[in-house]
Formats: sequence, C-alpha cells, structure tokens
Amino acid sequence: MKPIQFDYYAPTSVDEGLDKLTELGYDGKVLAGGQSLIAAMNFRMARPAALVDLNRIPELAYIKPTDDGGLAIGTMTRVRRVEQDAEVAKRFPLLREVAQFIGHAQVRTRGTFGGAIAHADPAGQLPAISMAMNANLLVCSKTGERWVNATDFIFGPFMTVLEPQEMLAEVVLPPNPPRTGSVYKQVSRQKGGYAQAAVIAIMTLDEAGACQNVRLVMMSVGETPIVSEKAVEILVGQKPSEQAFKAVAEAVVTGEIDPATDLHATADYRRQLVRVLVVRALTEACERASKGG
Amino acid sequence: MSVTRINLTVNGSKEVVDVPSNWTLLQMLREKMALTGTKNGCAAGECGACTVMLNGEPVNSCMVLAVECDGAEVVTVEGLVQDGQMDVLQQTIIDAGGVQCGFCTPGMLISARALLDRNPNPSADEVRAALVGNLCRCTGYIRIVEAVQTAAQASQ
Ligand SMILES: Cc1cc2nc3c(=O)[nH]c(=O)nc-3n(C[C@H](O)[C@H](O)[C@H](O)COP(=O)(O)OP(=O)(O)OC[C@H]3O[C@@H](n4cnc5c(N)ncnc54)[C@H](O)[C@@H]3O)c2cc1C
Ligand code: FES
Ligand code: FES
Repeated sequence: MKPIQFDYYAPTSVDEGLDKLTELGYDGKVLAGGQSLIAAMNFRMARPAALVDLNRIPELAYIKPTDDGGLAIGTMTRVRRVEQDAEVAKRFPLLREVAQFIGHAQVRTRGTFGGAIAHADPAGQLPAISMAMNANLLVCSKTGERWVNATDFIFGPFMTVLEPQEMLAEVVLPPNPPRTGSVYKQVSRQKGGYAQAAVIAIMTLDEAGACQNVRLVMMSVGETPIVSEKAVEILVGQKPSEQAFKAVAEAVVTGEIDPATDLHATADYRRQLVRVLVVRALTEACERASKGG
Repeated sequence: MSVTRINLTVNGSKEVVDVPSNWTLLQMLREKMALTGTKNGCAAGECGACTVMLNGEPVNSCMVLAVECDGAEVVTVEGLVQDGQMDVLQQTIIDAGGVQCGFCTPGMLISARALLDRNPNPSADEVRAALVGNLCRCTGYIRIVEAVQTAAQASQ
C-alpha cells in the first residue's frame, strides 16, 4: 500500500515552517525522520492532508554544549549522529548506550532525536530517557515559544502537549551532578527489536555515600514512560543496599506500573522483567556513582 | 495532490523526476526508474529488503518520500556494479552460498557496503549489528556474515 495523497511543503527556515503550520492547523503534520510517520502513512493509519517537512531546515540539526555542562540538541539531529557524537559520549554516556538499542542502522540514519520524543511511543527509549534526564523541551509557534519539562510533555500513548501549529525545536539536557551513575537495562526478543520492558536508573550519591537523588524510569510497561516516586521515597537519604533496591522493585511492580499483554510479552512476564531489571539497574547505577559516574 | 520536480543522482547518473508527494523513494526507484533490484517487503521499516544508500548512509527506501530526495545521492544494488565489475561483496556472497531466494540480498549488500565504507575491517559482531535491520528467511545468516568478512579481507 502507499500513503493517501497529501500536500507537501518543505520550508527552509523555522519561521517559514511555523507560518505553514499555523496556516494548515489541524490539516498539517510535521515530518521529521519519517521512521514512524511514513510507516503509519504506508498503512493508512495516518492520513494527514498536508506534511510540513523539517528536513530542509539546517538550523534544527545540532548538538551544542551548554555552559553549565549539559547539552542542547536540535530536534532534527539524527539518532545516528547522537550515537556517534564525542560530546554526547563524554557528557552523557547513557545516551550513547541507549541510542544503540533504537531500531537498527537504517532507522537511526534517518530517525531524529526530537521526532522520537514528539512521537511519544510508550516503548520508545528517547521519551523515557528525556524524562529520566529531566530534559527541557523548547516548543515554538508563530506566536512565541515555551519550555516544557519532559515529564509534562507526554501525557498518554503517542500523546503530547504539542498543538498542531507548534513544533518541538530543541531538547536541553541538564548536566549530571558529580557522583552520578546512569544505567539502561532492556530485554527484547531480538537485537534491534522493541523492548519488552526496560528500566533507566540515574543515581546521585552524596559525599558520605548516601543516595542524594534518584530517577528511576520504566518503559514499555504503561501508557507512558513511568517515573517512579517510590524509588525517591525509599532511597533518598539512605545508604543504598540490595534490600532497599528490592523494596523499590516490589513497590514499583505492585504500585506503579501497568503493563499490558500483547504479541511481544504477557503482562506478568513484563512485571517479572521489571522486578529483576530495577534491582540490576539500581545496583549498577550505584556502583558507577561511587566510582564518580 | 501535489507533484514536485526533483533533481537527484541515482547510481551516478543525474535524474530529473516529477513525483507525486505520496510516492516513497522505493516506489520511484522501482516503478519510475525500473530499478527493481531494490525490493518491497514490509513497507514498515522492519525487513530491510528496500535498503538503499542515501547520501552515503543506509536507509529503508520504503520510509523515505521521493520528494525528500531532491538534491540527494542514491545508490541502489544496481549501482554496486562499476564498469561491468561486481562489487567484491557481490562475488563473496555468491561464493559463500549467502544467496538462496535472493529477496534479501540487495538490501544486505547495501547495508554491508555501508558498513565496509566506514569500517573496513569489522568483527563478526560488528557485521551482525550492521545487518540487524535486514531479515533473511533462507540462509540462516552465517554465510552472509562470512561473505562480508571475506570481502573485507579481500579489500585489505
Ligand atoms: C523497524 C523499526 C524499529 C524501531 N525501533 C525503535 C526502538 O527500538 N526504539 C525507539 O525508540 N524507536 C524505534 N523506532 C522508531 C524510530 O525511533 C522513529 O524514528 C521515531 O519514533 C520517530 O522519529 P522520526 O524522526 O522518524 O519522526 P517521524 O516519524 O517523522 O514523526 C513522528 C511523529 O512525531 C511528530 N513530530 C516529529 N518531529 C516533530 C517536531 N519537531 N515537532 C512536532 N512534531 C513532530 C510527527 O508529526 C509524527 O506525528 C523504530 C522504527 C522502525 C521503523
Ligand atoms: S520494505 Fe522497507 S523495510 Fe521492509
Ligand atoms: S536468501 Fe531468501 S531471504 Fe535471504
């Protein structure tokens, strides 16, 4: 099958793109890497009347270090570039680690960093990682811009706060404090396949070795990535221990996740994966943090 | 419906094509340019049978619109033949018995070529990682991986 007919616009600047999106309103849809959108259009699950292609806007593709030690990533930066970028590897090794799990070479060549977040797939790594890293997202429209925290950006499966006339322009990743360790753990049926369940843990230790802060995020086990509140309750201020990690895993599995049964895994299997992966991720994050991150 | 005139280079030759906006690169290659080496498997990015090189990097041509390729350089499996000479990968995949029905082969060859272009001496694991997006229902992959490694050695 092929996509239904639609109008196609290829603006060459952000301003021109925003004009087009405003004019088109609900008829318009942003095309980024197309690695989710074109597939959906090929099967006619998506039937946009018009596409606004951001691929011709060079000012949207960049990786810039920020003064405070973080990174600003332009929405159209390809996942492949993030995977290979030296600055990313230095500042956020976690991001590099995770990028390698996203689809396969062909998908990463084309797919974009911001596109994956805007797509808000509950099984996508980048929406989850942007929440775990407390990213700030720059959303632009013709009438102005606003900053949205990643946790507030996504509110349902494939649902974000983006209005039709808006585009995601930039993702800012704040720096990790010293003594922070980050880990990504996923189980999938085959390499390059979507995760049946995955866990991200980012832990910061204080000078005495107690947990100062923790971000624990689960994906593929709910309608959105899930940021654990229990992990913060149980761990912050405490000396990390295997017992505490197991308590977190139990609290997460019984109270925070809501996995579904589908072709890829049963809900029970996903719960069991999370139970195991949470302990592994926290243990490793703690080890990395105690070695300085 | 909008039709757009695009300029692009396909296998080294400059082309001017009028494409409807809803055509994928795959459809343009097969139906407008009669380059049927590139295969249509799933149209969803899953199988890699449609893999071509876009500006030197492998992409699934079923997931790129033709209009997006204005100004681009595309290489398909047909373009691997230079002056009547097959790419070394083509010879080694035949020699290794890495082709059975052949449906996956064009995509495999492009992914493998992209790998060797940036990493001339890959390990077996690196070859497998580069070919993860190319499904083969016949060979069991082992001979394909061997063929890529043999080609790498032959090119040293
Ligand atoms: C075989 C296969 C395997 C995959 N495996 C994985 C995987 O394991 N993990 C994973 O995370 N992903 C995976 N993906 C999805 C891939 O990462 C996509 O590239 C990504 O989800 C969407 O990014 P894109 O740039 O291709 O966006 P597009 O497909 O172009 O767009 C996706 C959606 O976001 C909107 N959008 C995009 N950019 C913007 C913007 N700047 N402003 C406003 N709206 C915007 C579009 O309108 C559209 O609705 C896979 C895809 C395929 C085909
Ligand atoms: S046809 Fe393009 S990936 Fe299967
Ligand atoms: S040879 Fe038949 S699919 Fe690979």
